[in-house]
Amino acid sequence: MSQRIDFQTDPTRYRHWRVEYDGEVANLYMDVDEKGGLFPGYELKLNSYDLGVDIELADIVQRMRFEHPEVKVVVMQSGKDKVFCAGANIRMLGGASHAHKVNFCKFTNETRNTFEAAEADSGQKYIAAVKGSCAGGGYELALACNHIILTNDSTSSVALPEVPLLAVLPGTGGLTRVTDKRKVRRDLADVFCSVEEGVRGQRAVDWKLVDEIAPNSKFDEVVQERARKFAAASAKPSGLKGIVLEPISRSFGEDGSVIYSLVEVAVDRDAGRATITVKGPDEDAPADMDALQSQGSQAWILRLARELDDAILHLRLNERELGLIVFQTQGDPVRVLAHEKLLLDNSGNWLANEILQYWKRVLKRIDMTSRSLVALVEHGSCYAGVLAELLWAVDRSYMMLEEFEGDNRPLASITLSDGNFGTYPMGNDLSRLETRFWGDLDAVETLKEHVGRPLEAEDAEELGLVTYAYDDIDWEDEVRIFLEERASFSPDAMTGMEANLRFAGPETMETRIFGRLTAWQNWIFQRPNAVGPEGALQRYGTGLRGEYNMERV
Amino acid sequence: MLDLINVSYDTQIPNNVGLSQDKKVLKALEKWHPGYIDWWNKLIPQNFQESLVYLRTAVSVDPKGWAKFDYVKMPEYRWGVLLAPQVEERVIPCGEHAGQPAWQEVPGEYRNLLKRLIVIQGDTEPASVEQQRLLALTAPSLYDMRNLFQVNVEEGRHLWAMVYLLHKYFGRDGREEADDLLRRQSGSEEAPRMLGAFNEETPDWLSFFMFTYFTDRDGKMQLESLAQSGFDPLSRTCRFMLTEEAHHMFVGETGVGRIVQKTCEVMKENGIEDPFDVGKIRDLGVIDLPTVQKKLNLHYTLSLDLFGQEVSTNAANAFNAGIKGRYMENRLTDDHRLQQDTYTVWDLEDGKAVQKEVPALTAINMRLRDDYTKDAAGGVGRWNKIIEKFGIDFELKLPHEAFNRKIGVFADKLFDPDGKVVSGADYDKGLPEWLPTHADGDFIQSLMKPCYEPGQYARWIAPPKVGIDNKPGDFEYVKLHMA
Repeated sequence: MSQRIDFQTDPTRYRHWRVEYDGEVANLYMDVDEKGGLFPGYELKLNSYDLGVDIELADIVQRMRFEHPEVKVVVMQSGKDKVFCAGANIRMLGGASHAHKVNFCKFTNETRNTFEAAEADSGQKYIAAVKGSCAGGGYELALACNHIILTNDSTSSVALPEVPLLAVLPGTGGLTRVTDKRKVRRDLADVFCSVEEGVRGQRAVDWKLVDEIAPNSKFDEVVQERARKFAAASAKPSGLKGIVLEPISRSFGEDGSVIYSLVEVAVDRDAGRATITVKGPDEDAPADMDALQSQGSQAWILRLARELDDAILHLRLNERELGLIVFQTQGDPVRVLAHEKLLLDNSGNWLANEILQYWKRVLKRIDMTSRSLVALVEHGSCYAGVLAELLWAVDRSYMMLEEFEGDNRPLASITLSDGNFGTYPMGNDLSRLETRFWGDLDAVETLKEHVGRPLEAEDAEELGLVTYAYDDIDWEDEVRIFLEERASFSPDAMTGMEANLRFAGPETMETRIFGRLTAWQNWIFQRPNAVGPEGALQRYGTGLRGEYNMERV
Repeated sequence: MLDLINVSYDTQIPNNVGLSQDKKVLKALEKWHPGYIDWWNKLIPQNFQESLVYLRTAVSVDPKGWAKFDYVKMPEYRWGVLLAPQVEERVIPCGEHAGQPAWQEVPGEYRNLLKRLIVIQGDTEPASVEQQRLLALTAPSLYDMRNLFQVNVEEGRHLWAMVYLLHKYFGRDGREEADDLLRRQSGSEEAPRMLGAFNEETPDWLSFFMFTYFTDRDGKMQLESLAQSGFDPLSRTCRFMLTEEAHHMFVGETGVGRIVQKTCEVMKENGIEDPFDVGKIRDLGVIDLPTVQKKLNLHYTLSLDLFGQEVSTNAANAFNAGIKGRYMENRLTDDHRLQQDTYTVWDLEDGKAVQKEVPALTAINMRLRDDYTKDAAGGVGRWNKIIEKFGIDFELKLPHEAFNRKIGVFADKLFDPDGKVVSGADYDKGLPEWLPTHADGDFIQSLMKPCYEPGQYARWIAPPKVGIDNKPGDFEYVKLHMA
């Protein structure tokens, strides 16, 4: 996997999807190019997908929100006859390394969550219009939509055939959404997930696997009518004008470093470490929303989110040996707060809302990154408001205490904003501060009193906002020793430990998908019954059945 | 003790499966039966339903008893459930269970795979009756009309056979699938038949003969491979169905042969030497040989599509599971497991058709298709013998497998009938020479006038050499009900 996977794309480069914009309704067609696989060795038959297909979908969902706010309903459908989507490509999965499979599933899960949340977050409702076979990851695409319509042609079905066919799980939220979202009774879900051919027609409605069935001859009519009806019922304002998401500025160094306009990724391979430095704004915040809209994707707060998002994805997929990610910021915290404040004050404005929602997703992406995360709060840093969230996304944080010799940057401080109290919830639906102080609501209430005031190291440590504050004498050694120690631990144990500690509190569908479902799937992905030479996943397509070790573990 | 050879008629349904003892299945079938009769009654125009047709009915499965001829009104035809006699100590013939005793009950692990195969097979049986429902209106003779109805009622019986298996072995799911077999309709927008070729109309009698020759032959190959199933009831069912399917091939082969013969006769009588003198030949009211070739090209290639992808996981699974064998599996001398073997299949490389070796298990479809092509070539040779006898310089040919395909590696790529890659322009130019045009269809349609006098035949088709059940030339095969 030496080829770098690029998460940046745009409509001129799509090979697998097309969108037809029809006023408030967008018709989204999945029409996967068989020969368009990201890697050699497999063909994307029957609208099956790989990471490349999903990168395009993620781009479409993102642009739908920013470039097409006029859209209220998106109809996801197949551009091919007789098949909606056959799910993740099995030969791709069979040939992929464990790490790639895991990263693939994580990214696809994030994309599913993103369009699933589009209705609540952006007033864009996704309808799955299912004609033809809709199996595995195909049904999981539909499950993440807000409404599923299935044609009633006595052949088309929805199915999760992974268990009987491949000895793995429907890993893109399938099992979880069947029970938690669609509320299918557990014994019926058990039947459904055990039969290859799935369920069709009225039974699919009775079992709550789809919302409605439509006569085959009137299918397209019913779907478009439903789309128009949903659009008419939408509370979202009409006639919004979008902004263009221009290409991000990015260059790769020989040593693996990546330079964006506001983000720098430095790489120390011997230390197994990447350092992400985030730059604060050079300019004052836009005067008002009109000014922000005219800055478009060049606005600091949006540009930064896009660059940070790309950097995280790049490190996840392309730099898997860098187990430690260090966050740093540099800039003026007052300006950071001002840029965020414009959005918070205008959260009813569609663009302000989209940018805030996007930050929510980027921060979730960081929460969900299986690397040891650490933040260094140095002098001259700008951990304020939205950027302060980084401190509570990471596993540990270190802050400079008092003046350092020869360092004339402004003293390190942290500034809370109203945004830190619910604007960017984690997957568990709690703010990072609520999660951090789980069970101690008073602590969170106390913090509210400090909104807007720069908190220097002593206060920050006292309030529990950082792990440790060190002065000039201790800083260098303490930080070095921690980083070295951290990089020496087993990466598996680290991933497991961190994932457990990061998400305190209640379960949500999202945490169940990323925790329970993903963990079991990743265990199965390591087991010979699935991936051994005689395992079902490896043997798929040969005609030979998987041979199972029948010992229950 | 039940007598398995002599069908019991103590219920509505002639059978040799001890149906009267099997209350559960009997009940399911009797419930399904009215829907079936309803389906039949709505299908074929009423005056034919009321007519007396000289039909063959299977009353038992021994060689002497399975063909009893008599006049019957089609809705009263006794569609039975007949299985070929059980072979003592039969074993699973192929796949990873090869050599183990054949299954008499459905193995749980293969239940869904088996059910799907039976449903797909079952779906084709009523489909062809639906496709052919209006042909009697233009029958070129009572003899041909009777053959059409014979094919139709037997396809109906084959549906019964598949429905019996679904009811007997697949519980509630099976009953629902059986109901859906009546719900789907050929060409329906609402619920079309499962396979593409079975949603095409059969618009004229040349199409019907080509269909029974080429497409029913696909059915025959599928039945042959299901007759090799390790699931014994399926094997026995299909073995008996094959005896009936042979008649369908016969109808197709002799039908096309009689058309070819008539064309050659008329050409000779009128001193036409050039088979491509289409205008002149058509003016004489017979079907020119190039048009026969075009119809052949169409039906052969549509039928090839029915075999699915050249490399197929489903086919591999079914073979390895032992629930679907190869053509004449029991006569093949390899290890019947194929885990190490390879087979040559077509593929595309740089836009050209090439042959390459793939694991034999995954090439089960391709192998069956190759056997099909060999089987289909026989009749074409016999048609050419007729042309040769008249000294006409024309040879009917099976087109290359790459031509006009919608499924598999050649799908929607531009090949000519010789398998050569051609440009879009050349393809467009060649197409009217390769496949029937609408104008060809108009011409054939213009010939489709009914001929209902006993012993008389439409001018574009020769009479058969011998009658059905050795009846004389003027035998009234259908006593038409003229309401």
